[in-house]
Amino acid sequence: MEKFMLIFHGGSDIAPEMKNPEAMQKHMEKWFAWVEKLRKEGRYEGGEALEPSGKFVSGPKRVVTDGPFAESKELVGGYFIVSAKDIDEAVALTADYPDFIFNGKVQVRPVQKLDI
Amino acid sequence: MAQPTENVHQLVGHLFRHEAGKMAAVLTRLLGTQHIDTAEDIVQDTLLKAIEVWRFRGVPENPSAWLYKVARNKAIDWVRANQRTTKILSTQVDIINSVLHVSSPSEDVFRADEIEDSVLRMMFACCHPTIPIESQIALTLKTLGGLSVAEIANAFLTSEETIAKRIYRAKEKIKQENIKLDPPGLFDLPYRLDSVLHILYLLFNEGYHSIHSNSLIREDLCAEAMRLTYLLAQHQATSLPKVHALIALMCLQSSRFDARMGALGETILLEDQDRSKWSQPLIRQGLNFLERASAGNSLSEYHVEAAIASVHALAGSFEETRWDKLLELYETLLELKPGPMVLLNKAIAIGYARSFEAGIKELLLITDLQDHPLYLTVLGNFYFLLGNRSAAHTWLEKALLKTTSPQEAELIKRKLQRIISTQKKITH
Repeated sequence: MEKFMLIFHGGSDIAPEMKNPEAMQKHMEKWFAWVEKLRKEGRYEGGEALEPSGKFVSGPKRVVTDGPFAESKELVGGYFIVSAKDIDEAVALTADYPDFIFNGKVQVRPVQKLDI
Repeated sequence: MAQPTENVHQLVGHLFRHEAGKMAAVLTRLLGTQHIDTAEDIVQDTLLKAIEVWRFRGVPENPSAWLYKVARNKAIDWVRANQRTTKILSTQVDIINSVLHVSSPSEDVFRADEIEDSVLRMMFACCHPTIPIESQIALTLKTLGGLSVAEIANAFLTSEETIAKRIYRAKEKIKQENIKLDPPGLFDLPYRLDSVLHILYLLFNEGYHSIHSNSLIREDLCAEAMRLTYLLAQHQATSLPKVHALIALMCLQSSRFDARMGALGETILLEDQDRSKWSQPLIRQGLNFLERASAGNSLSEYHVEAAIASVHALAGSFEETRWDKLLELYETLLELKPGPMVLLNKAIAIGYARSFEAGIKELLLITDLQDHPLYLTVLGNFYFLLGNRSAAHTWLEKALLKTTSPQEAELIKRKLQRIISTQKKITH
């Protein structure tokens, strides 16, 4: 099994009709169901959400600049680490990612192995 | 870092919906009714935040407390950012800040009894008698029930635009009349409480009797009405016999919820219901409340309606129904709440308690229901029971012409079918 990072971009274009408590809870439950499924299949290794704001540190002078990143449609909202046989299988694991309907995207990246 | 495996707690039922109503009430009370929209926005943002975090981390140990903490921080941010532009006075800002920043649990606005208190006050504000009734209903469902405009529109089979307008009007009225989230005074309470109870009664009935195809929405309406009435019954200021009578009525009616509908969503009449499907816990609860409602000497229409529902609940079969008791109760109800539908029910009770002829005689005296499918169906049914098949056929045919509900039409057709099949049996 290889490890893959699923990086979640965007997904914040929530339709107005979804902006009510019941619909929001239902949507969140889809996430839970997805994680649960990944976990049952022994795929889920972990994941975290990221705050929409932060800092950039760049250049030899270590210049620190603020976000805000919140406006960005491509903002990274969080990540999962999953295990899969190969990249195709890792891609297949995103089938139930719930935020596709809100224009979310998933970046699937193999975690580099250090074969020494 | 704890693994989500240990952190994922199953979410209970309508957590978001219920907490949304509570948070909106607390925040509106805190920020003032002129900022009711802001309070709702803060609630919305709080739930969004929960989705963002919980989907990765799982549901926290105490989800409600988590939500309240986020709502509190968002409220503090809003007050800080808007104290100059809004009409919040600086003294008020200090109060709000001190209330929001408390660290001791005993002063917490999100303490259980404070929340209940806020919800109750909000209920009285939403059902303020100066607001048109349909706006009261919409606002109560939206703000306290946590239902969306779309859900409410769907439940009342009307457009979202109409519901949005009703809510807007209610909010404008609250602002214009400067309706505050103060508890009604001692003299005002009975009158204001009547208005609240009436709205909850209408809400429940809408859920219970509407012929809406989506039974989930109907159940939700009933559940919300029951939850709010239950809250009134629990609160010391409003724990009055009338309130107990209303919650008793709701418990007894909803005990039949599952038995009233067939697999295809068709209505099943009382006489054909499988009584083993009636919820005994709800019946017991209803009877308990009804007993408590009889403390004191006030008699409301809710008392009588709950008593009627209890007579049905206690009957082991349709044949064992105490129609004599029902007849008495309908006569009392007629004095409290005169109307053709009560007359119709009284006539039904007469039909079963005395004779079908007496029932028919009584029915024919009712003049305002000539086009009502239920009235026509009852008449047809009594003629059928009397053995007068041709008259039964005529009335049921009329009923079929008048009904607009497919489920009702289905029922009437089935009755007509029954007449034809019994005729066949006789001729054979």
